Amino acid sequence: MRLTLERRTQAGMWASLASPILAVVLTLVFGALLFSLIGIPPLAALTVYFLSPLADLWALEELTVKAAPLILIALGLAPCYLSNNWNIGAEGQLVMGAVAGSAVAIATHGQGHGSYIVWLMLAAGVLGGAAYGLIPAVLKARFGVSEILTSLMLVYVADLLLDYLVRGPWRDPKGFNFPTSVSFGLEARLPGLSETGRLHPGFFLMLLAVALLAFMLARTLKGFEIRLVGEAPRAARFGGFDDKRLTLFVFALSGALAGLAGIIEVAGPIGNLQPTISPGYGFTAIIVAFLGRLNPFGILIAGFFLALTFIGGENAQIALRLPLDVTRVFQGLLLFFVLACDTLILYRLRVTREGAPA
Amino acid sequence: MMIFEAILLTIITAATPLLLAAIGEVVVERSGVLNLGVEGMMIMGAATGFAVAILTGSSLLGVMAGLFAGMAMSLLFAALVLGLAANQVASGLALTIFGLGLSGLVGFPFVGAKREAMAHLYLPYLSDLPFFGRVIFGQDPLVYIAFALALAVALIIGRTRAGLVLRAVGENHHSAHALGHNVRQVRLLAILFGGACAGLAGAYLSLVYTPFWTPGMTAGRGWIALAIVVFASWRAGRAVIGAYLFGGVSILQLHAQGFGLGVPAQALAALPYLTTIIVLFALSRLPRGSSRAPACLGQPFLPAR
Repeated sequence: MRLTLERRTQAGMWASLASPILAVVLTLVFGALLFSLIGIPPLAALTVYFLSPLADLWALEELTVKAAPLILIALGLAPCYLSNNWNIGAEGQLVMGAVAGSAVAIATHGQGHGSYIVWLMLAAGVLGGAAYGLIPAVLKARFGVSEILTSLMLVYVADLLLDYLVRGPWRDPKGFNFPTSVSFGLEARLPGLSETGRLHPGFFLMLLAVALLAFMLARTLKGFEIRLVGEAPRAARFGGFDDKRLTLFVFALSGALAGLAGIIEVAGPIGNLQPTISPGYGFTAIIVAFLGRLNPFGILIAGFFLALTFIGGENAQIALRLPLDVTRVFQGLLLFFVLACDTLILYRLRVTREGAPA
Repeated sequence: MMIFEAILLTIITAATPLLLAAIGEVVVERSGVLNLGVEGMMIMGAATGFAVAILTGSSLLGVMAGLFAGMAMSLLFAALVLGLAANQVASGLALTIFGLGLSGLVGFPFVGAKREAMAHLYLPYLSDLPFFGRVIFGQDPLVYIAFALALAVALIIGRTRAGLVLRAVGENHHSAHALGHNVRQVRLLAILFGGACAGLAGAYLSLVYTPFWTPGMTAGRGWIALAIVVFASWRAGRAVIGAYLFGGVSILQLHAQGFGLGVPAQALAALPYLTTIIVLFALSRLPRGSSRAPACLGQPFLPAR
């Protein structure tokens, strides 16, 4: 007797909805098991992780702050992954977006400019992220170098550049030797939109991006090209689509969105440049993209769910003295289960008897 | 002479974990599977190896534990990509994220713990040779194991029937299947071997290289090992050159930082990563043919019946 996989002739609608939900449920079950293994009451721990971030208005606003960059980045990754371009360096593109945008803020600091500065910063962030994303894209399209390795290596390079800038030339001279840039002036900050000042316009930019990406993927020729190159590269070539130019396009797009996420973080919640500006949003966004089944609306929901794990992780660190690594374990488990459950959409699991005529 | 000996010694210790992990991945990729989870398996090997070595007081048991931790991680990966035909790139990433987190939990009670580095093995007579005899022939056992593994894998892949089957499965899994070879079984064994090597590499880091445990201590070495496989054009022998090249770069930048050359420390620290990109780019400019990836690399295999 053995298990075999049989390709489904038609992907069922129910399955593509049920599989992410099943993955989340399995993650929670295994998470509970893990907690009881390390001697923590599982129900209490899961409550801290997944319900405490929803408890009050402040927490909900914090959720939007964490979800915005995750969703923005994942939106850019979706067209990449749909077209078989494996950009795993969004974290670096985020950092370079933040650096490029901050350059504007630091160069114009204290000169009494108007609030158009923050718009310039957002534009610089988009361009910086896109330019950095184009490096692995050009290397792949022109020279056939694996984009997986180069995009990841560039994350380390971007982190080190940021570290150099805030400890060296961009360090605040009046900052008591702390490795941070000057605190940005009001003209270089995204305004707070609520009493607590946590909710910021970046959230609405993110919603706009969801709508635009959904339109592009579902209703335009570009969206068709992305799908075709991913699913049937030979057919796409015969159809006259240029897969190399598409590689440049999707990398630039995802770099731009990751860069936007980076400058939004710096001009929004953080307020200046620091050695670390992201708790790994660029990597977690990969999970968001897959959990959302590479669909913009799915990504919107998945982004909020993974934002929960970030806030829940911080709460658990305080309430249960759990190391932040638990969050990563959760995120890794979730991606495992998402991938496993995706098989159920594409294939039918069948038990066959050894030796029986198939 | 002392400074050169010291540099050579540190290059060997920096290159050995890269070499171990790269050899494992050569075998995995030759079977047609791309496991991007090397970083995750490696760091689990580091955490588990160190924890067990502290608890039992035995380096040998620590090394064994690291090896098995890497294997256990690779089994998870195998279940996904072989059992469920899941996307290999994404599964490897999941393995890395999961490993980075779980290693933090495993190693949490051991942060700040210290122990002696593994004892060195002085080969009789050879280590008494003048000049570099003591450095080259007076290393810890894993250095020799890494070289022996590279040699064995090169011979097995190139000269034996088992190696031929491995290559057949990686080049064309449908033909191999039609010839009666069990594709998934071959791949499972290759993945487990890769996990064992990555776990061993991790244990080397926490038991010899540092020797202590800090979260995230692999610092991208698993990814560099993946680049070495490409650099080596999927050959175990060339992986030795790759590992010592990258080990050399990472050590020389450390020494350069020590000398204070007026270059920012961060620029030097970025060297191993930049070298990876530059080397991959330079390889792509070489004439085709000599460095081709296995044809079925990254493709899931589903027998028609």
